[in-house]
Amino acid sequence: MSIWVDRNTRVIYQGITGSAGRFYALRNQAYGTQVVGGTNPKKAGTDVEGIPVFATVKEAVAQTGATASCIFVPAPGVESAVMEAAEGGVTFIAVITEGVPAQDEARFYNRLKQDYPRVRLLGPNCPGIITPGECNIGITAGEIATPGGPVGIVSRSGTLTYQALYELTQKGIGVTTCVGIGGDPVPGTTFIDALQAFHADSATRAVMLIGEIGGSEEEKGAAFIKSTLRKPVAAYIAGVTAPAGKKMGHAGAIISGSRGTAQAKMEALEDAGVRVAINPTQAAEMMAELVRSL
Amino acid sequence: MDLFEYQGKQYFARWEISVSPGGVADTVEEAVTQADRAGYPVVVKAQVQVGGRGKAGGIKLANNADEARHHAGNILGMDIKGHRVNRVWVEHASDIKHEYYASFTLDRAARLHLGMVSAKGGVEIEQVAEEDPSAIARLHIDPVQGLTEADARTLVEDAGLHEEARGGAVETLMKLYRCFVEGDADLVEINPLILTPEGQVHALDAKVSLDNNAMFRHPEWAEYAATEVLDERETLARSKGLQYIGLAGSVGIIANGAGLAMSTLDVVNQAGGQPANFLDVGGGASAEVMTNALEVINSDPNVRAIFINIFGGITRGEEVANGIVEALTRVQINSPIVIRIDGTNAEQGRAILKEHESDRLMSRPTMLDAARTVVELAARGARSA
Repeated sequence: MSIWVDRNTRVIYQGITGSAGRFYALRNQAYGTQVVGGTNPKKAGTDVEGIPVFATVKEAVAQTGATASCIFVPAPGVESAVMEAAEGGVTFIAVITEGVPAQDEARFYNRLKQDYPRVRLLGPNCPGIITPGECNIGITAGEIATPGGPVGIVSRSGTLTYQALYELTQKGIGVTTCVGIGGDPVPGTTFIDALQAFHADSATRAVMLIGEIGGSEEEKGAAFIKSTLRKPVAAYIAGVTAPAGKKMGHAGAIISGSRGTAQAKMEALEDAGVRVAINPTQAAEMMAELVRSL
Repeated sequence: MDLFEYQGKQYFARWEISVSPGGVADTVEEAVTQADRAGYPVVVKAQVQVGGRGKAGGIKLANNADEARHHAGNILGMDIKGHRVNRVWVEHASDIKHEYYASFTLDRAARLHLGMVSAKGGVEIEQVAEEDPSAIARLHIDPVQGLTEADARTLVEDAGLHEEARGGAVETLMKLYRCFVEGDADLVEINPLILTPEGQVHALDAKVSLDNNAMFRHPEWAEYAATEVLDERETLARSKGLQYIGLAGSVGIIANGAGLAMSTLDVVNQAGGQPANFLDVGGGASAEVMTNALEVINSDPNVRAIFINIFGGITRGEEVANGIVEALTRVQINSPIVIRIDGTNAEQGRAILKEHESDRLMSRPTMLDAARTVVELAARGARSA
């Protein structure tokens, strides 16, 4: 079991003819993901190493039965690519592209919510999602993850996610699904969404949460853990020592006034019974302890 | 990117928001010329991106050319909370009957736009929010629908703006919202928004923060980027396309990924050190990227030791190690370097580094080990400096 994607997920890549789109579509395919097509209106009818290229998502869905789209188009085209994917009929959209304007994100997130409530959006500016051994959509190095569970991972940070997957693998611990929600101001999927899905997934028996400064999504996640989630959670929040008012790489990673500090997030998580680590290595150790006592 | 007040007012003017006639000046004589042009009385305002200008003596009223000269002379060159005043904005002084507050921003928690209006303007809105939260009217706006005139009216009425100001305030809010959306701002704020004795609603200040991600559709922002206040290290880093933020410590930091870079600052602190910077080199760690990163770190005279922290995902450990070794042949580094490579093929990477190891270049297997070593080296470097 897993959340949102598995071996039956059929993926197309919007922007498959660009260098990043091509590279990761082929990598994801080599991993075992069902990569069924790509789109580029100017190159319809051609293929990328045997992967057919269609003019539109609608056509790709009709021809291949695609259920998910992974978006690599440049930032100016992301809003229309997301809407095209939803109109075309896929139900899962992962936007890897970074640098999408916040006004665009706010608009297409709400438009999807109103007109396509069944579609799940992940990102923008996220590493993607991986159900190890079954389906890898995005830029995660799948080789470092161990299939099978019992841990579900949700994270705002790319490299820290890889680090977590790697350290769990070193300890012989498997992962059901690892979701990278990304660090942008309007993420399509939040901690709460992933925690709810892990809550409902019987194969996921423990959860690892990797957050960072800025916003209040970790606090909301903590409230959900406290009220509902009956699975052990280990967490790490990056940016304990980040100064206020400075964007730390991610557009969303900024402390404004007293809001968004790592301390506040760590306290909220601890209050919800979460084991909170002060560095990524310790988080993996805590996770291993929790898994051993399951 | 935060705009100066004068830039914010020019930005507002593009959406026909009412602002006072005025102009910028970098010298006392220019200030007097602008004052003559705007018509006395004028207000001479320091252009710095920090609150509390008025209290610091950076905003003065002048009734004639002599006074304008006197005030501009005092304000230009003034230091306000560490910000040097290089430019003033001189505008015709407005008579004020009432002061209000208006802003639009993105509420990330709600994933909606947020409009805020208050009848208590002219003071820090954070202070109002703390002391009298009910004095601020708030309204969430669906970014798909946008702000309607009925929404704007609700905000103005809920905030309790004076009857005579309401029509003008609604009109200003409609324009300000368009400026926020079409102008790709993260924040637009008018504080104070004033009502004049003649019944005009007018922006007396302008705070605009632009979304750098939207630069591609705003070529006109280049002029704002040119006046942006960055320290020398940040300017150099930006020219090399690196995500860099200058800090005050002595441990230079290079990491791949924003999260890992932040985490690296944390472990350096936990080990008792002070980071000199945040630097994210992104996914790869090629020789070219490493060279650029090391050049930026090297330009910081406070750096006593450097911590390179790379997690190899798709980029393999040996590629990272080779990139670092190659970069070291291109840049003459002033400080000792501690490297931690983990992830895919980390062992091969460490083996390559081992061949080049010295008391100036060390490899450590974990983040914590590396942090302890680099902090110790930085302390030793500071003592011998």
